[in-house]
Amino acid sequence: MATGTILTASLPLRRSKGDNAVILEHIGLSQINGSLVVLDGVPEVSFDEMVELHLDNGTTRVGRVVLVEGEHCVIQVFEGTRGLSLANTRTVLTGHPMMMDLSPEILGRILDGLGRPIDGLGDIYPVARRDVNGAPINPVSRVYPRNYIHTGISSIDCLATLIRGQKLPIFSGSGMKHNELAVQIVKQASVSDGSDFAIVFAAMGVKNDVAEYFRDSFESADAMDRVVMLLNLANDPIIERIITPRAALTVAEYLAFDLGKNVLVILTDMTSYAEALREFSSSKGEIPGRKGFPGYLYSDLAGLYERAGILKGHSGSVTQIPILTMPGDDITHPIPDLTGYITEGQIVLDRGMDAAGAYPPVSVLPSLSRLMKDGIGDGYTRADHVPLSNQLFASYAKVQDAKALASVIGEEELSPSDKLLMAFGRAFEQTFVGQGNVDRTMDETLDLGWQLLATLPRAELDRCDDEILDAYYEPAKAKLKG
Amino acid sequence: MAENKIYSINGPVVTVKGRTGLAMMEMVYVGENRLVGEVIRLDDDATTIQVYEETGGLSVGQTVESTGGPMCVTLGPGILRNIYDGIQRPLPAIEADMGSFIQRGAHQAALDATAKWQVHLLAKPGDTLAPGAVFATCPETPAITHKAMVPPTLSGKVTWVAQDGEYTVTEPILKLADAAGAEHTLTLCQKWPIRTPRPVQKRMAATRPLITGQRVIDTMFPLAKGGAAAIPGGFGTGKTMTQHQLAKWCDADIIIYVGCGERGNEMTQALQEFSELTDPRTGKSLMDRTVLIANTSNMPVAAREASIYTGITLAEYYRDMGYHTAMMADSTSRWAEALREISGRLEEMPADEGYPAYLPSRLAEFYERAGYVQALCGAEGSVSVIGAVSPPGNDFSEPVTQNTKRFTRCFWALDKSLAYARHYPAINWNDSYSEYLGELGDWYYDHVGQDFMACRERIAGLLLQESSLMQIVKLIGSDVLPDDQKLVIETARVIRVGFLQQNAFHPEDTFVPMAKQLKMMEVILYLYDQCAALVAKQVPVSKLLKTGLFDKIVKIKYDVPNDKLEMLDGYRDDIDRQLAAAAQ
Repeated sequence: MATGTILTASLPLRRSKGDNAVILEHIGLSQINGSLVVLDGVPEVSFDEMVELHLDNGTTRVGRVVLVEGEHCVIQVFEGTRGLSLANTRTVLTGHPMMMDLSPEILGRILDGLGRPIDGLGDIYPVARRDVNGAPINPVSRVYPRNYIHTGISSIDCLATLIRGQKLPIFSGSGMKHNELAVQIVKQASVSDGSDFAIVFAAMGVKNDVAEYFRDSFESADAMDRVVMLLNLANDPIIERIITPRAALTVAEYLAFDLGKNVLVILTDMTSYAEALREFSSSKGEIPGRKGFPGYLYSDLAGLYERAGILKGHSGSVTQIPILTMPGDDITHPIPDLTGYITEGQIVLDRGMDAAGAYPPVSVLPSLSRLMKDGIGDGYTRADHVPLSNQLFASYAKVQDAKALASVIGEEELSPSDKLLMAFGRAFEQTFVGQGNVDRTMDETLDLGWQLLATLPRAELDRCDDEILDAYYEPAKAKLKG
Repeated sequence: MAENKIYSINGPVVTVKGRTGLAMMEMVYVGENRLVGEVIRLDDDATTIQVYEETGGLSVGQTVESTGGPMCVTLGPGILRNIYDGIQRPLPAIEADMGSFIQRGAHQAALDATAKWQVHLLAKPGDTLAPGAVFATCPETPAITHKAMVPPTLSGKVTWVAQDGEYTVTEPILKLADAAGAEHTLTLCQKWPIRTPRPVQKRMAATRPLITGQRVIDTMFPLAKGGAAAIPGGFGTGKTMTQHQLAKWCDADIIIYVGCGERGNEMTQALQEFSELTDPRTGKSLMDRTVLIANTSNMPVAAREASIYTGITLAEYYRDMGYHTAMMADSTSRWAEALREISGRLEEMPADEGYPAYLPSRLAEFYERAGYVQALCGAEGSVSVIGAVSPPGNDFSEPVTQNTKRFTRCFWALDKSLAYARHYPAINWNDSYSEYLGELGDWYYDHVGQDFMACRERIAGLLLQESSLMQIVKLIGSDVLPDDQKLVIETARVIRVGFLQQNAFHPEDTFVPMAKQLKMMEVILYLYDQCAALVAKQVPVSKLLKTGLFDKIVKIKYDVPNDKLEMLDGYRDDIDRQLAAAAQ
């Protein structure tokens, strides 16, 4: 507030800036309810416009117009309304939506949930300013993702391959090792053409030590200079959380499509995000849908997840790994359910495997990558990748039947072929899936898959044709015997 | 009339105060960017409008402009090969205009006004043309001839006809004087409101199947041309994959593929794959018969609601020319959710699960636009609708699945456990049904084989027996079953893996002609009958399994090319020989 401002009674005042634009300042508020404030007597407010609330004590908060009705408007205050009174604020309508300052120097910085620096290194000198809400990518402008990202994790590389430009969430539960898995992916991720990753990390409602863990891991991997962190921690204002993923994706789009980088975005924890949205929705008095979440949760989540992709004529890409903790490990809860309908597959973690000490505790059967079919096989990974992954899935599904039968009649009573299956299942879980914190090459992963299948009779392998079996199964079988 | 000004904004819903003179369902332009909207409620003192674009930045006091008519699509040559958003704006033109991201306020014409079409006029001056009569043709794509028709609301005597030659969609090519003497100028294109079904002469019985080349559909649960089918399934069960397979291989003349609130990358994939593939029947690119409507999940929610009406109106237009069209809607649940979202913003009283009480009637209206008809021009055409349903939490008892079931006669239930075992298409043979079987029996008898229905019955019967036997196997294992029941289980495995499961990525297996489907069934049943005869003579099943015949027959789908069906006859000799040896 460089220019002096004269304030009189409750009338809006005109204040002119250098460029002669007229800025209106409104004194006082009509109502405060939760994180929402109501302002009356403001003409020509725009929907979704940003507002600044100047408090008498000199601090400023930001908010967003969420409902307009004549001269009556409802504003959502991101930092919360604590300390606001009906009299002590002056409100400025900025006339534009929430914008974010961007520049190449943003790499290596730590920002708050609204995208403002909090690492004490000063403001970001903006080269570009973008609307955090983004705009939908024209489906015609997309490039269909085909290049796989090597993660060094067998259960992902072989069975749910991550593709550049994909959105592949990790469905986890509280207390499981999703953070370790995300860090391992970030550390080991590489692409065949050798180009580098930039990482955008957005924390929504996670604990301080989790954010610390991520920062330490990035630092120990010597990656901090290509990471942008946005932190809205568990004790930060909840409403700010609604902006955090949007700000993170705005940074990611800038890095990818303006600067041509391959960007890996980690959003954790989407459950906290959805709960913040629920809180906001209920304070606005909207009709709740499933489990109290607003009816537009699907559209809202889609607005975030669909910002992953590759564009024609741009060298960069945005790949998303959202992490969400399923409340009560329930995959049919609205958050994982709607997420699964939008994202291109999912990696599901399993409580039983986690308890048994297997890491990563990936539950193989429900995990899926929808884009892998076009990014693997001849010319991408190896010709046997598709039949091998299909066969592993099919055989492991049969293991479940054998397990169910064994739990009724006891493993001793199983038929010889079911006993073989049980042994295969155990080896698969312990060595293939539960690989620990090691980086496996694609060849190692696929060869290990054949070694496991070699313990089963050839007639059981109904997803592979003879050519593939002769080329891969028989050598593995010979090795097993020899 | 006084200017209409915006009074309130709440997400995609905008209201105007006072008596506005706007009509119900009228299309309007809202605000400075002239965003497209539609009037959805009229009160004494307020008009409610749903806006088909993001409303961020719209302010109170901006004007709402009337257009005087309902939301329409433009129908004419140039629709095929195109890709539209939910309100028929061409996405390639938007890209050329705005770049890779869709900004608000796009106003591209649905049809390219500069493209010239080689038009051949059929009508002559003095001819009397009835509503819907074809008066000119032009090749729209190498595969499809476009027929220009008199709008269904118009008829009269031709007063002037243009010469054959090249015309754009807006140039006059025919003049018509109606009964009152008023003259109408007709062009290659016409407009039609998306929420009104296009009229037909009469509806006919659906007695021909829509052949899809997918065994589990064509043989087990066929869909008639002009029928409606639902594909419900949780995420990851392969709804989109099944829809893509149908769009690629079904024997409709025209495909309208509506991506309603689904993923952007899927639409890109569809666009790319359809462009690369050739139609086995015409030898031309599949895109030549396809229109894509892409309103992805992050595009405005109100346009998502409109997208399926846009799609079905385009389908009806090509049906009126005498084509068989098939519309895929992926997914109708997203459409229903758009209804719910808008209903919530209007503060309507919610019914089941928050959906508005009119959900069933809207679904019925939509699915009833499918049908096999005699069009106004006299030709026969059909619109088949295949709607994907995405039940939350894979729970088929939710309102969208349940109400869809009431209005479709074909139900292809996708099963999570089949999908987990990578058994695709994951259509569960116990939960799915097709009510068209009875009506289609005659067609199968005449065109496929006299024993087709009998074979199908026996295959279905074996699967049913297996599912009840599996209840026992799950409890005590398969070893204790008597040999005849073990044989049922083994045969059912051959049916499941060798017949029902189909590999969309295998060049021979992705599309299977009816003749091969029948022969495969015959071979499987022959094997079963021969084995059953031996089992009755106390030959143990384990001995029969050792012949490897069962596994060999599972692989028929890969081993016998679609154009060498005579190879299948050799299998019977094999069976005879090897079983005889095993019985020794």
